[in-house]
Amino acid sequence: MSGFRDRARAALSDPLLQKALRNVPRGFIAKRAKAKAALPEFERLREEASALKDFTLENLDVFLQVFVEKAQAAGAKVHFASDAEEANRIVIGILKDADVHLVAKGKSMISEETELNAALQRTSMEVVETDLGEYIIQLRDEKPSHIVAPAIHLSRREIEPAFRKAHAQLPADRKLVEKEDFVAEARTILREKFRTADAGITGANLLIAETGSTVLVTNEGNGDLSSTLPRVHIVMASIEKVVPTLEDATTILRLLARSATGQEITSYTSFFTGPRRAGDVDGPEEMHIVLLDNGRSRILAGPFSDILKCIRCGACLNHCPVFGAVGGHAYGGVYPGPMGEVLAPALHGIGKTSDIVDACTMCGRCAEVCPMQIPLPSLIRRWRMEAFRQERVPPLQRLALRAWAWLARRPRLYAFAARLAAGLLKLLARGRGVISRLPGLGAWMADRDLPVPQGRTFSAMWKAARRKRP
Amino acid sequence: MTDGKDILARIRVARAGDPEAAARRMAEHPRGTIPAMARPADRTAALAIFRHKAQAAGATLMEVGTRRDVPDAVADFLQRHGLPRQLRTGRADPAMPWESAGLVILAGAAEATDMAGFSEAFCGIAETGTLMLVSGPATPASVNFLPENHIVLLRTADIAGCYEEAWDRLRAASGEGLMPRAVNWITGPSRTADIEQTLVMGAHGPKRLHILLLNEGENG
Repeated sequence: MSGFRDRARAALSDPLLQKALRNVPRGFIAKRAKAKAALPEFERLREEASALKDFTLENLDVFLQVFVEKAQAAGAKVHFASDAEEANRIVIGILKDADVHLVAKGKSMISEETELNAALQRTSMEVVETDLGEYIIQLRDEKPSHIVAPAIHLSRREIEPAFRKAHAQLPADRKLVEKEDFVAEARTILREKFRTADAGITGANLLIAETGSTVLVTNEGNGDLSSTLPRVHIVMASIEKVVPTLEDATTILRLLARSATGQEITSYTSFFTGPRRAGDVDGPEEMHIVLLDNGRSRILAGPFSDILKCIRCGACLNHCPVFGAVGGHAYGGVYPGPMGEVLAPALHGIGKTSDIVDACTMCGRCAEVCPMQIPLPSLIRRWRMEAFRQERVPPLQRLALRAWAWLARRPRLYAFAARLAAGLLKLLARGRGVISRLPGLGAWMADRDLPVPQGRTFSAMWKAARRKRP
Repeated sequence: MTDGKDILARIRVARAGDPEAAARRMAEHPRGTIPAMARPADRTAALAIFRHKAQAAGATLMEVGTRRDVPDAVADFLQRHGLPRQLRTGRADPAMPWESAGLVILAGAAEATDMAGFSEAFCGIAETGTLMLVSGPATPASVNFLPENHIVLLRTADIAGCYEEAWDRLRAASGEGLMPRAVNWITGPSRTADIEQTLVMGAHGPKRLHILLLNEGENG
């Protein structure tokens, strides 16, 4: 398997991907900034949401238990799954018991995490993704590259052939040019799927303990159709999605859309509590909730538990300079960007994911925009330490880090070395202001110049300034 | 194990917690910060915010004087958009003169062929111009999502400032800790930006959301 570096290199030299990624600043980043500016209470809500999620994690067992009791009282069936494989087995069991042939799926990152579609493909059941972005990547047999906008890496030029191939029943000479043409075509095709699906599978943005409800946030309405029309509705959610009350859910919802797409709220926010009631003329006959642990109860006990506060808004991805340059697929897993750099090693072990924790410049923008105030750069740095400790760092890099650590712990020697290096660089520059080439750094220096140190070192100036003061 | 005992046990080992504080939070459900814009001074202010926000989200609004005026307003909307004079709704209010407005009413859950659906909102939320609809025998949720055009009746007296106020109204109607099968917050028509981050209206849900504001008023 290729590593992050290879995938990143391929991504950087992919002109279509680069063009698609240029949509991010104009879209998500600008819209979030505008939404935040329009809500003076934004920072206070961040504080509260972060504190409420801390409190929730502190009492996760209580809230989960109450959630389960309440959901069961409303007629839902709740299943716990320890890992991805068990979750898929439960879902497939439910579908088989209910004699399901066609599944309409709403966007669910948990089902991506468990690779449910692959498991379903091994059965005779048909599964159709109904979120437009997810539908597009399903047609192209790809993974999502963004947790909010799965097809953000694609442009119409790449979507058109996938639509023409999959929708061969439509006239071959039909117009597929404007974005509206694509949306209308997908709407027509998927309408038929909604109508005939036996089961709907959706995710949940939140679970509410107080009422046993699952919360689904969408703009397209596909999630609601998937949960209302088929006779079986399965919700897949991870255990940390629970919050205590409707009010707590509301506080988080005020931040979620603003952080994700820059909307004040999405078109649809739906709260589902159990299956069809007596007298109802629609709604599913069965509602199942599959609660996935997959290592989270273990993460809760360790130093990375803050990542369990994540509400999957994608703001850290949108604001990450590395994600912006290489896109989501370079990270090689389900969760890309800063939150992925913390969550993926926590879920799958640093052994398999050590290269993605290097995909960070420590610029700190992700922590600045995270609605749940997760200290992402610190957690990424912690994973780097862990990778070093577990000897996952390449030998040369390891040696360099050890040498630097040795030097950094000896202040006098460090100051001397810094003076020496500054002098040496000045010599190398031969009177010019920049150095364009350094031995051993050919590739790095090909696109970069190194400014030559001017005057004395910082510590020398610091010392001098201290001496002057009385 | 699918009963989750092992998972809950691991959580208990990880975090000591404070079960009493947790139970208290659920019983008291304290409110967080409510944005100033969600705290209108009076009904008139709430209506003005609601209008502004709903329009910004892409909904259209029209005022109606009494419940008897609703069918004409609906017929008007259908005609303006060249739609058949046929309407899906859970259970039509017999007090409204549907027939004399020339409308054919289809009662029950929505079907894929329905062009227009009609629902009554449980309440409105000024904060974001959001409609809150609850499912029930007379108000099936499919009507909110399947037809391309969704017309919703909202009494202006039912416009809450913030979401929390809407929750309190629902608690008063359904009981503490109890919810209808589906509670839908609807803000503007369906949309997607999944293709090149550009907004296109009318993804899977309604392409148009038309809100009829019923201003019964103190004297009406």
